[in-house]
Amino acid sequence: MAALDITRIRADFPILQREIRPGVSLVYLDSTATAQKPQQVLDAMDAYYRQSNANIHRGVHTLAEEATALYEDARVKIARFIGATSPSEVVYTRNATESINLVAFTWGRANLSAGDVIILTEMEHHSNLVPWQMLAAERNLRLEFIPVTEDGLLDMAEYQRLLELRPRLVAFTQMSNVLGTITPAKEIIALAHHAGALTLVDGAQSVPHLPVNVTDLDADFLAFSAHKMCGPMGIGILYGKRALLQAMPPFLGGGDMIKKVHLRSFTTNDIPYKFEAGTPAVAEVVGFGAAVDYLSAIGMSAIEAYEQEIIADALAQLKAVPGLRVIGPAASQKGGVASFTLEGIHPHDVAQVLDSEGVAVRAGHHCAMPLHEKLNLPATTRASFYLYSTHQEVERLIAGIKKVQKLFS
Amino acid sequence: MDDLYREVIVEHYKNPGYRGKLDPHDISFEDENPLCGDHLRIDLRVDAAGVVTEAAFSGHGCAISQASADLLLESIIGKTLDAVRQLTKDDLLELLGIELGPVRLKCALLSLKVLKAGVYGLGEAPDSLVED
Repeated sequence: MAALDITRIRADFPILQREIRPGVSLVYLDSTATAQKPQQVLDAMDAYYRQSNANIHRGVHTLAEEATALYEDARVKIARFIGATSPSEVVYTRNATESINLVAFTWGRANLSAGDVIILTEMEHHSNLVPWQMLAAERNLRLEFIPVTEDGLLDMAEYQRLLELRPRLVAFTQMSNVLGTITPAKEIIALAHHAGALTLVDGAQSVPHLPVNVTDLDADFLAFSAHKMCGPMGIGILYGKRALLQAMPPFLGGGDMIKKVHLRSFTTNDIPYKFEAGTPAVAEVVGFGAAVDYLSAIGMSAIEAYEQEIIADALAQLKAVPGLRVIGPAASQKGGVASFTLEGIHPHDVAQVLDSEGVAVRAGHHCAMPLHEKLNLPATTRASFYLYSTHQEVERLIAGIKKVQKLFS
Repeated sequence: MDDLYREVIVEHYKNPGYRGKLDPHDISFEDENPLCGDHLRIDLRVDAAGVVTEAAFSGHGCAISQASADLLLESIIGKTLDAVRQLTKDDLLELLGIELGPVRLKCALLSLKVLKAGVYGLGEAPDSLVED
């Protein structure tokens, strides 16, 4: 596999050329929150509004046909990108959060009743916790959690015991946004199926950073967002197996999700349109298609390998800083995410001083409060990497951390 | 270096004069900023005339929130509770002497919010306590 041409990749991202203040260039280490966008994505969205903007699935005029074709072409690209059998299994949503809520509100309400068990994990993002808590409160469901071990992995032995509860659904992240842990998704899914449960994979972090193939995983549902993979904000995907999507009731009601409407009744459209009520974010879909093209051209395996190299370098250098503790597993078991604490210094102060050096990191609980409670940490500082990150940026991070320590020493 | 970390702020963070708990106390209140996991408790002793005689804060948080609590408590010793009720966001920012963006403003204002909620005897600390 060819190594990434980082200089060329970086030249594609206009924002990476900017300075945070005069003479201080940006070191963007917050791609886990959102990734930056290459010129190719910006151009695709711009061209859509300049050349082809129209509402889709309605008009017969040229622009409407072009817009509809662009919207559906992107669906085909995204389906291929995740190894879906058919584009009809790819539903456009606003983001991964909405995708998970869609499953909870439709599949969950139609299929779950009092006493049913859902298995989650202790390392979930709030977006894969709260929708199930809401459903559990409404339907009197039982939520169980695969524990996180001291080294930031899932306790698979405990998972096997939890499966004896005959859960209806196992919903879990494929990559933790805090620990960076890459979970054994294929094994989790196989075990769940063996126990008679369906599976929902939160791919918000994994799909941008690893090759993910739903057919190989045998995932029932996969949720992810465009904005974490070089695409625009406001567009996400729910992948669902065809038979499941077909059997599910609709989500939001309105235009496009119907076949026929009478004054007192309606019939639903076919999948995936059944779940796409109202005018969608067409320009964002077009941008997402361009992002998928961009990542595919570089190759997800090459991206994964490069991030492995960067995270190994970052972890080695971070661990050498006195008073610094990295949470999560070894580099070989995680993606490009390094969350850490600095003895005696609050993460907000770390992030603020790093910002003065142009280094953008995140501080806080990263929308995973229960995980931080489990680790007994109020907050952490997180540096995260992507295909455009460099070893020089790791150096800038380390230099910035030393400056933080000097200031508070 | 960073304007945000003026020497006075780092100094009050590292060597606070009012860190601790008062037991017994006349007024005590605690709250948190869930966004950053900061937690702050303020205890006061007040004499018969309603004048603050002793004050202490405890909990954990960033340098801005901790220094702000220390500077704030330092400023209210000898003041009446009525005067404490009149304290505004601007009074606190003047004590800190720095410009803050919207995110860090919440860190700075946590202490004033907790103090005023305690002094007013409220069961909770709404943001309206520290808004203009």
